[in-house]
Amino acid sequence: MKDRFANRKYFIMALAIAAAVILILRLFYIQIIDKTYRTSAANNVLRHVTQYPARGLVYDRNGELIVYNQAAYDLLVVPVQTSAFDTARFNEILGISMKDFRDRMKAAVTYSRRAPSVFMKMISSETYGFLQEELYKFPGFYVQARTLRKYTRPVGAHLLGYVGEVDDKLIAQDRYYRSGDYIGVSGIEKSYEEHLRGKKGVNIFLVDVHNNIKGSYADSRFDTTSVPGSNLWSTIDLGLQEYGERLMRNKTGSIVAIEPSTGEILALVSSPSYDPSLLVGRVRSSNFTRLQADTVKPLFDRALMASYPPGSTFKMMNGLIGLEEGVIRPTSLFGCSMGYHAGSLTVGCHSHNSPLDLPGAVMNSCNAWFCNAFRSILENKGYNSIQEAYDRWREYLVAFGFGNKLGIDLPNELSGFIPTRSYYDRYYGKDRWKALTVISLAIGQGEIGATPLQMANMATVIANRGSFYIPHIVKKIGEDGGPSSVFSQKYTTGISAENFEPIIEGMEGAVNGGPGATARGARLDSIIICGKTGTAQNPHGKDHSIFVAFAPRDNPQIAIAVYVENAGFGSTFAAPIASLMIEEYLTGKIKRQYLEDYVLKVVIAPDGKEQ
Amino acid sequence: MEKNSNILNRLDWLTVLLWGTMMIMGWLNIYAAVYNEEYTSIFDMSQRYGKQLLFIVAALVLAIFVLVTDNKLYYFFAWFIYGMFVFLLLLVLVVGKEINGAKAWFEFGPFGLQPSEFAKFATGLALASYLNSKRQALGFRTMATATSIIMVPVILIAIQPDMGSVITYFAFFIVLFREGMSIYVFISALLAVILFLLTLIFGTVPVALGLIILSFAALWIFIRNSQVLMALGVMAGAGALSYLAGHYIFGAGLDLIIVFSVMLSGAIYAWYLYRYRLKMAVIIYSFLLGGILYLFTVDYAFHEILKPHQQTRINIMLGMEDDPYGTGYNLNQSLISIGSGGFAGKGYLNGTQTKFKFVPEQSTDFIFCTVGEEWGFVGSVVVIGLFVLLLLRLVMLAERQRTTFVRAYGYGVFALFLVHFFVNIGMTIGVMPVIGIPLPFFSYGGSSLWGFTILLFVFLRLDAGRAEYLG
Repeated sequence: MKDRFANRKYFIMALAIAAAVILILRLFYIQIIDKTYRTSAANNVLRHVTQYPARGLVYDRNGELIVYNQAAYDLLVVPVQTSAFDTARFNEILGISMKDFRDRMKAAVTYSRRAPSVFMKMISSETYGFLQEELYKFPGFYVQARTLRKYTRPVGAHLLGYVGEVDDKLIAQDRYYRSGDYIGVSGIEKSYEEHLRGKKGVNIFLVDVHNNIKGSYADSRFDTTSVPGSNLWSTIDLGLQEYGERLMRNKTGSIVAIEPSTGEILALVSSPSYDPSLLVGRVRSSNFTRLQADTVKPLFDRALMASYPPGSTFKMMNGLIGLEEGVIRPTSLFGCSMGYHAGSLTVGCHSHNSPLDLPGAVMNSCNAWFCNAFRSILENKGYNSIQEAYDRWREYLVAFGFGNKLGIDLPNELSGFIPTRSYYDRYYGKDRWKALTVISLAIGQGEIGATPLQMANMATVIANRGSFYIPHIVKKIGEDGGPSSVFSQKYTTGISAENFEPIIEGMEGAVNGGPGATARGARLDSIIICGKTGTAQNPHGKDHSIFVAFAPRDNPQIAIAVYVENAGFGSTFAAPIASLMIEEYLTGKIKRQYLEDYVLKVVIAPDGKEQ
Repeated sequence: MEKNSNILNRLDWLTVLLWGTMMIMGWLNIYAAVYNEEYTSIFDMSQRYGKQLLFIVAALVLAIFVLVTDNKLYYFFAWFIYGMFVFLLLLVLVVGKEINGAKAWFEFGPFGLQPSEFAKFATGLALASYLNSKRQALGFRTMATATSIIMVPVILIAIQPDMGSVITYFAFFIVLFREGMSIYVFISALLAVILFLLTLIFGTVPVALGLIILSFAALWIFIRNSQVLMALGVMAGAGALSYLAGHYIFGAGLDLIIVFSVMLSGAIYAWYLYRYRLKMAVIIYSFLLGGILYLFTVDYAFHEILKPHQQTRINIMLGMEDDPYGTGYNLNQSLISIGSGGFAGKGYLNGTQTKFKFVPEQSTDFIFCTVGEEWGFVGSVVVIGLFVLLLLRLVMLAERQRTTFVRAYGYGVFALFLVHFFVNIGMTIGVMPVIGIPLPFFSYGGSSLWGFTILLFVFLRLDAGRAEYLG
């Protein structure tokens, strides 16, 4: 019989070939073109277990420990691996309620059923001890060791800073961080984060579909061990820091003490402060909220971030600039009749001998003398205009570190403010202002602002007779790492050394001199302290008390700036506090108990009332 | 003795070689799929690879047994064998063991047997025997009878229920096609499959509208009259009006409007028939009406008859559902495993997805994952190549037969292998829904291996005796 349908075999063979072609094309796509399956495969079988390194320790300049670590534990859960267990006992160990348990479990399930997520953060070692014994009863729960910061003394909160969890924004920017990692948020913890954090390690394990570890991946070839963070040696003298914080208790303000020969910061006090251990571990967020809401702003680091008019302490700058510009001499005499009078303008002064030379003017803090000096600087015929002379004047200030950030190794430093020529041009019209227009600059009032750090640096420059190193807070990183080289670079201010002598003579007189000296309360029998008081005008209340000083007069060991807000004249509190700090640092012992008691017992509320 | 040597000379050794190669490759892949450090010996009888070796040896014995049997036996006893397996399929519904919700297994101690795997060869024989007695160019009655022969085991297996096996039986329509089934019926069947998929993907209404427009396009081809376009316009206008009226006055759904439109177009076609005496209008309208009825049936069947998990599987395959950790888990893991194999694969026993059991059922239905992951694109193409070689060889063997009986049986073997091969590999890479059917000679399991071996070797035995007169 003739087969009429024999040709259909071709169609049938084509079916088989078409089927194969479809399969091969699809395989070509998923195996060769599309790479996503490879990633998914790796995610399926590889579990990366992070090894968290211990954070670096922080010591003070004498090798005394300030910050160290304490073990803490995160409890992780893998929801698919859990099975029925004694939840009552579990909750009892952790000290949580059934509702709390359900909420946490729900959050974990929402995150992922198969991947581990944090069930409870930072369990204490004690709780961990209990839990560890019974952990086998709670399948699907794991413990991951972490470290928490611990402090030997409740001081230095602002300069040390604190550690917090990284936020999503940072995770997106920096590949190093993963959700749940810790990072320095402020202070040294922030500025030295890269040294302190060390290096995370990772162990890669192969896991099966039930998430059970089946061994290490590729014989641990791709595993990395964690490297502990580097220890830091701070320039801080922990004893002095603690003493400074004690003196500032119940007062608002700050103390900055610097070793003039190196720029190393000996103490960096901002008051009111807080116990740094308040911002550690599980209590951190609640405490942070509370501190943030506090009206006295304990989180605010006044030493670096508060800008005040420097007041009379600024007179020394005008004296130095006048001498360097040659418009005054140490022996220049200016009379003072209870103030400076020019036409309708009067800058008041207190009663003192008249006329005075430069050292006398510094000692007595004569306003008239420095108004005359400042006017001579700006009306210098060597320049084409007052404005040009002003520019020159401003250059000196910038060389001293005013008007710009000094570049301390701490975050959030404020730059302060020295008005530029164009600032006044905008205000008064181009070149339509004169020396008298800005005469308040002569005595450190007006638009000008400086931070306590900048004032301490000014004291440092004077102590050094013209040079300084950028103030810094860390002197050694790791066993043999020095600080950044920018801190060993000497800056000069363009003012010759001999011009400092009459100023220093005046500062010495202010503390140790006879009648009319402004800061006799700061006098110390054994050591010659050179200092200058100041009063920063405060439009919101009582004036701020300022004192800058250094000691001893020859070969100075410490330069200091003290601000006490709302305390009135510089001599009232700032000078005694500076003097006590110097005594403590240089002699290690306070002999003037009455002075210490006087300072300690005073409570100055932010509104300026003594209590 | 002389007869035996005769068989060995006439046996198609290429097919035997392919069969052996596939079994060994399957066995090695099963070893990789269930590989376990504690039982590394490939001969360990407590493990699946050990058992599979046993099944292979048994398959060898079965093959020899089939080859030494007289080929006339399969011809004369075709109906008896068919009847026997129909009985077994009935019996398994009564005394069978339920595994995964299907009463598909006879239990003999540690081993289970699946009659549906063996019933394939019985159905092939019966169908071949029936077609052998008929003229070519199958008429309606012949078609109906042939379909019944296929449908009896299909219905019994559907009761178990084992939808995967049911689908494979539809492969026998390829046999009917080769033996003279009307090309219209075959095309209708193909169209039915396409419409089925389109309806599930796009829903009834767009497909119905598409069909209406297509039918007018067909009409246009036949009469080239601008009135067709006008008719289409009138219908569209009437449809829109009836939609607005229906929707705002009676609150009727789109479905009713389709019905109305179809009736309206029926009137238009009737007018054409009257005006131009155009028979083609009737045919086109029948297709349209049939198509629309069909797609509403499909929609109903899909939503009302299929079980939710079957609906989801089809939905996932059609890309309408994305649920990597739910029902789509198998498919997703299977894709990851095969896709991560890359060009050259990860190497034997180095497949991470395979080793750590991310793919469920990997030694049985998803055995191709092991191939794809450990042997990569190269290995996958080799396996597919082996199957294509076997399939084309089977067509060749079938075509050299003198009797319709052997040829039809041969095409039955071809068709079953084609469907198993395409659907099984297709489901592991997402071109077919996840239907639990084995990959011949690769998947773990005695029943399927023996079933396929008998299926293949009966054909080889018949082919070897093709010079003899069957009776």
